[in-house]
Amino acid sequence: MAQSGGRKKIQPHIIEEWTGKIYASFCIVLLVVTIFSMVYYVATKGLSTFFQNGIALSEIFGSTNWKPDGEPAVFGALPFIFGSFSTSILAALIAAPLGICAALFMVEIMPKFGKKYLQPVIELLAGIPSVVYGFVGLSVIVPFYRDIFPGQGLGILAGATVLSIMILPTITSIATDALAALPPGLKEGSYALGATRWQTLSRTVLPTTMPALLTGVVLGMARAFGEALAVQMVIGNAPHIPRSLFESTSTLTSVITLSMGNTVMGTTQNNVLWTLALILMLMTFVFVFIVRWLERRAKR
Amino acid sequence: MSAKTVDKIATAVIIALAGLIVLIMAGLLGFILVRGLGHISFDFLTSPPETIKEGGGIGPQLFNSLFLLVLTMMITIPLGIGAGVYMSEYAKPGKITDFIRLIVEVLSSFPSIVVGLFGLLVLVNLFGFGFSLFSGALALTIFNLPLMVRITEQGLASVPLAQKEASLALGLSKWKTIQSVMLPIAMPIILTGTILAAGRVFGEAAALLFTAGMSSPRLDFSNWNPLSPTSPLNPFRPAETLAVHIWKINSEGLAPDAPEIAAGASAVLILTVLVFNLLARWLGRVMLKKFTATK
Repeated sequence: MAQSGGRKKIQPHIIEEWTGKIYASFCIVLLVVTIFSMVYYVATKGLSTFFQNGIALSEIFGSTNWKPDGEPAVFGALPFIFGSFSTSILAALIAAPLGICAALFMVEIMPKFGKKYLQPVIELLAGIPSVVYGFVGLSVIVPFYRDIFPGQGLGILAGATVLSIMILPTITSIATDALAALPPGLKEGSYALGATRWQTLSRTVLPTTMPALLTGVVLGMARAFGEALAVQMVIGNAPHIPRSLFESTSTLTSVITLSMGNTVMGTTQNNVLWTLALILMLMTFVFVFIVRWLERRAKR
Repeated sequence: MSAKTVDKIATAVIIALAGLIVLIMAGLLGFILVRGLGHISFDFLTSPPETIKEGGGIGPQLFNSLFLLVLTMMITIPLGIGAGVYMSEYAKPGKITDFIRLIVEVLSSFPSIVVGLFGLLVLVNLFGFGFSLFSGALALTIFNLPLMVRITEQGLASVPLAQKEASLALGLSKWKTIQSVMLPIAMPIILTGTILAAGRVFGEAAALLFTAGMSSPRLDFSNWNPLSPTSPLNPFRPAETLAVHIWKINSEGLAPDAPEIAAGASAVLILTVLVFNLLARWLGRVMLKKFTATK
């Protein structure tokens, strides 16, 4: 070709390099755009409750009255916020000692046995779908609580029990990694001073790994906070703050799951549900920042 | 109490709690399998569900779950590996890379219901895909991308530096090095992770409620034209997956044998996840042996 003869021909490997680079960059840009549009859309929808429908911030966060069909309709989301926090905190309180003990067992007490039997068990627990947990909760845990405690069995404790089993793998695997990464000199120094195993664990190992252990607990709590279907199945779904652990109540996720399909897009009630989704999203940010802060402390 | 007694008590407590976890797990699996296995039959796995009568099956739901899994993985794997390659090989250390890492972390901890709601707003309504398998697959892709990115990064980080440098020193372009040298070595890790991610897709329900829908149109399994609305292969039809079905019959099931169906479907779900788990372990071991010198 006469015209292109003067110009240097582009080498095939340069074209190849650019194709690859552009493809990889495209993927990451797509990921970033998706996250930003997610935040943007959920935030605009969630905030329209306040700007378009004129609902006061104090009503959503200050009122325990949830009457979307009432005259006038009242949208107090406090019961749901309370439900979400109480179930996830309680779940973390149940799961944290169990998970950390399992990790101690696997790393410190019987490493061979633990690696061979306990680890696969924990990994399998992590793979069980949440609806199956919900189903088991509904057919085992709820009747069990109904038999031994007053009330219907549905409620915060049933939800927290189901969630605690669900988040156990998260807490255990992070705790295991943290314990295994501890420099052996620390432990050996303690043993050399004549300390027993428990003294070593409680005074050297656990305090040193505490930030990392807490990271696992917070991640587990974040998972429990956002879990929808398993909780919805065992919590009872009554829109008020319960007086006992065995009284039907609701969480942010359960009310969204149940009502989103039955309300029309653009109505006030629908917008309030988006506000609840926005709260879930903001809480995710909070959890991620706590985890980041803990990780920075663990590195020091 | 002497230090030794305290030590013995503490050790006993730790062992007891570890044993408790194994017991919970065994009880959980045992309960689901004992309740569910008896209900699984060829007929149960292939026949359509009944709304008010007894004897419904989970045929269409099982097919939807598998089809959705294939669709999701077809979108997730190329995008996830691409983004993972970028993060591990092309991203320059700095503020922007740190920021991308932060938002990937945020995305990975988003509740799945929020991902589902985003799907409802953008995929179903704004883009007009409707309640369809395709919307569901895209929502699950968003949900799984961070995991896929992390797996790819881990895999690429396991490649020995010398091997990468040898390839670059031979004059291969960076992309060619990634494609022909690094990805094959990273494959066992990537594949194991991908299979575990697939198990997550199979059991996910909350993100699908508002994207793939809660109903399944009457399917005609002799019609294999992907454009026909009754064809099982049509990606733009609403589809209820197995996990969503379990949730639905538990919360609003009218069939008299709803608990049995839920138990059977749960057993199928658990067995599938179990198979995925074992497959991932086995494949990872086999590939590690084949590609490296470990015995």
